[in-house]
Amino acid sequence: MLSLKNISWSSPDNREILKGLDLTVGDGKLVVITGPNGSGKTTLARIIAGIEHPDSGSIFFDGRDITDLDVTERARAGISYAFQQPVRFKGITVKKLMETAAGESLSERKLCEILGTVGLCAKNYLTREVNATLSGGEIKRIELATVIARRTKLTVFDEPEAGIDLWSFKSLIEVFKNLHKDQGRTLVIISHQERILRIADEIILIDGGRVSGRGTDTAMMDKVMAQGGMKAACCKEEEYFGE
Amino acid sequence: MNEITKELLRSISDWSGAYEGAYNIRENGCSVGRSSSDCIKIENKSDAPGLEIRILPGTKGQSVSIPACVTAGGIDDLTYNDFYVGEDSDVLIIAGCGVHNESGEPARHNGIHRFFLGKGSRVKYVEKHIGTGSGKGIKSIDPVTEAYLEEGSTLEMDSSQIGGVDSTVRVTRVKVAAGARLLVRERILTEHEQNAHTEFEVELNGKDSGADIISRSVARDRSKQTYKSVIIGNAPCTGHSECDAIIDDGAIVDASPSLFAHHADAALIHEAAVGKIAGEQILKLRTLGLTEEEAEAKIIAGFLG
Repeated sequence: MLSLKNISWSSPDNREILKGLDLTVGDGKLVVITGPNGSGKTTLARIIAGIEHPDSGSIFFDGRDITDLDVTERARAGISYAFQQPVRFKGITVKKLMETAAGESLSERKLCEILGTVGLCAKNYLTREVNATLSGGEIKRIELATVIARRTKLTVFDEPEAGIDLWSFKSLIEVFKNLHKDQGRTLVIISHQERILRIADEIILIDGGRVSGRGTDTAMMDKVMAQGGMKAACCKEEEYFGE
Repeated sequence: MNEITKELLRSISDWSGAYEGAYNIRENGCSVGRSSSDCIKIENKSDAPGLEIRILPGTKGQSVSIPACVTAGGIDDLTYNDFYVGEDSDVLIIAGCGVHNESGEPARHNGIHRFFLGKGSRVKYVEKHIGTGSGKGIKSIDPVTEAYLEEGSTLEMDSSQIGGVDSTVRVTRVKVAAGARLLVRERILTEHEQNAHTEFEVELNGKDSGADIISRSVARDRSKQTYKSVIIGNAPCTGHSECDAIIDDGAIVDASPSLFAHHADAALIHEAAVGKIAGEQILKLRTLGLTEEEAEAKIIAGFLG
């Protein structure tokens, strides 16, 4: 379904973040991409969404070459992207943002249903602006709700667990299970969290801008856990994307 | 009433061939329709062009509409409208203005509105301004609002300029007594070479009086906006002034909110934020399938409410 071939990308100050990365994600799979900070995970997520464009390499989605498609065209082609750091909008209400995401008007019942999946009591939120009056945790859940509302074939989550406040990881994992098992969506999740790694069909370990391992067995988990101690070792991708 | 007036009325108010409640329609300086109700009386002023609107004490759930339209160049319309709002009333006042100009001569409306709110009364005041027409003559709307809020009264102003006005000077002065509150929501869009100047001066004179002024504006192209607000706290009171502006390359926004605390228990706050649309906002909406232009339009529409 999604195939990246020989992807390279360098930061504006010419640090090589991705170095000829190859990756395939099968239809309907839940794939978790992990690795040390600065290894290129967020860059990879942004390249899939079309926010960044690779210096070289190709990207195929459902057999179509989407390498040259911009972010709008990728979204319309069926790719959603949940930001690690959600954006605030003065004047745009939660209802409006959700309807923009869905591409249609949504009934109050439907809005409640979607927001309910991320643990928000919807009626209290529909008319509220997506601005600084909402907490970081609330904004993060609304961000997740927007990609749920889109119902696209492929959804990329960049560290969805970041800033989830009091809402439990268990609920977040239930959301992923629902999207994956019940709705059959393909999910690519950037995460460090062991509990998210454990629901993956496949774990892909990135290190130094390349795929350094993939699998779901115990040996793979051990390898990932061992990488947890490498957080400070790599180049600073987070300087660009706020990882 | 001419067809241009009808079109302007649709844009600035909920007119659909008629108004509910009391009304007066002003076209090019003349009244072309008027109706009073049992509780809201509209009469001509005796000493100046304009109206006296008297709302009986205890009037609740009623509305009065006093739109004004200028439909041709070469007209400079000046009107003085006074609203006397009886104690414990709760009413809606709609006072939009539209200026249409197809000529090279300037067209202007200058409405000077005074509000006298009795004790415990509540007024929602909606004022929408628009300019239309392709003439090169300048379209100007220069509203002046003066309000005197007696004890426990509330004035809620919802004011917007939704486009097409070349020049506007908007002045609002309010004196607020004990327990009374002023709430202002202002939205202004300027484009091309347009100018907008907004000025608020609010005196909080009584214990527990309050004011909350929020102005949001978008300055596009080479337009210029200035925002000035002065809140004076003469008593234990709360005052808040917020000016947010989205600005394009080439536009100018000058914002200067001022606070004067003349009492130790005057709690006054001001905020002002001016900047371009954040790139991340555009990007988020693009990941939802909008083009850059659609995203910008969505952000501006939301911002201006």
